[in-house]
Amino acid sequence: MTPTRAAFAAILAKDLRAELRTLQSLPAMALFSVTTFVIFRFGLDRTSLSGSLAAGVLWATLLFAAVLGINRLFVAEREEGGFDAIRLAPIDRSVLFGAKVAALVIYLAALELVAVPIFAVFFLDGAGGLGPLIAVLLLADLGLAATGTLISSMAVNSRARDLLVPLVLLPLVVPLMIAATGATEPLLALGGPSYHRFGTWLMVLGLYDLIFGLVGYAVFDFLLED
Amino acid sequence: MPPSQEKAEPAIAVAGLRRDYGDRPALDGVGFELTAGASLVVLGPNGAGKTTLLRVLATLLRPSGGEVRVLGCSLPSEAWKLRGRIGYLGHEPLLYRDLSGRENLRFQARLHGLERAAAEARIEELLRAVEMERRADERVAELSAGMRQRLSICRCVLHRPQLLLLDEPDSNLDVEGRELARELIGPGAGTRVVVTHDPERHLPEADQVLRLGIGEAAVVS
Repeated sequence: MTPTRAAFAAILAKDLRAELRTLQSLPAMALFSVTTFVIFRFGLDRTSLSGSLAAGVLWATLLFAAVLGINRLFVAEREEGGFDAIRLAPIDRSVLFGAKVAALVIYLAALELVAVPIFAVFFLDGAGGLGPLIAVLLLADLGLAATGTLISSMAVNSRARDLLVPLVLLPLVVPLMIAATGATEPLLALGGPSYHRFGTWLMVLGLYDLIFGLVGYAVFDFLLED
Repeated sequence: MPPSQEKAEPAIAVAGLRRDYGDRPALDGVGFELTAGASLVVLGPNGAGKTTLLRVLATLLRPSGGEVRVLGCSLPSEAWKLRGRIGYLGHEPLLYRDLSGRENLRFQARLHGLERAAAEARIEELLRAVEMERRADERVAELSAGMRQRLSICRCVLHRPQLLLLDEPDSNLDVEGRELARELIGPGAGTRVVVTHDPERHLPEADQVLRLGIGEAAVVS
């Protein structure tokens, strides 16, 4: 294994081990999403949703649940000296960016394993659109993780971290959310899934992932400077 | 002195070093040279810039002015060449509280590119040296400050660095801990810069002394 891959695997394994041991992010994210679905269910007074309304409820909930995890992504590095440890090691600092993106994608996937079935039980008449929805979830998770990691690393040194992350992140992910809901809407259409412009929205999601992945890779080194 | 040694570049060469925090200078006009294998003890009152100097030498802070060369690398432009060659022991232990001591050392070993078998052997050797073998599988959060300092010393020397930068290395250590630490980071450990508030303990083993004062240039004795 190359030093870069070894460092990537070490940082990712460290994050997952610490999360499994302390359960600081995932349970909060899952609980938030379930509670939000309950609020939507009674707030909208609907037992069934479809199309754009269903897509909006799903993505608004997942996005705000994700913010909880993004807020805590670099707390250990900040409070326990992980940034210095990375800066002293003979590795490319963007490895930390890659590992944090991967960790966040895994957190989001775990969240969706809980949240999406509950969403389906609460609001959907059929499960036909859930198969292709996996592709939308994966691409949106990648973009959200890349942007979230970038913003979290900038905000972690601020006392107003909990405020800064949503304030900066949410405007940046508007295009991602438009594409994610655009791709999800036909999958959850009344009468069964359709694939109208599904491919186009997936390409938009992929383009967003590429842009923010490259931006993060390019600027992360500078963000770790003093 | 043989000609080859006369021409040897010092391990650290600092001239006119300045480091500002906003408008406030933390270091101003600091200069000294340290030969390879020697120990430099840095003294000074609180706020004199001792920790700042150490962090500049460790490439963790960029100098605001002056010339700094460490192990033949000019800072900050060649800082990347220095990574992995320095052992830094700061105020923070640089250990993750939710991992065990052994897990932390394995993590550091992988960051520094140590092969798995070699890393395990080195970790065992260091844990034995600081008498932490039996506590090494406990979470760092559950250890005392002194135990964390012992682990942090292991972390600092794990990758066999060429230069040790030690900020108050005795802090939180009891008498036994200090003696154990001396084996790993004492005068026999190679080129060292030691920041201390305990001159009685560290001056006898110093080859050079650097005194920093607030608003004053450094004096080397």
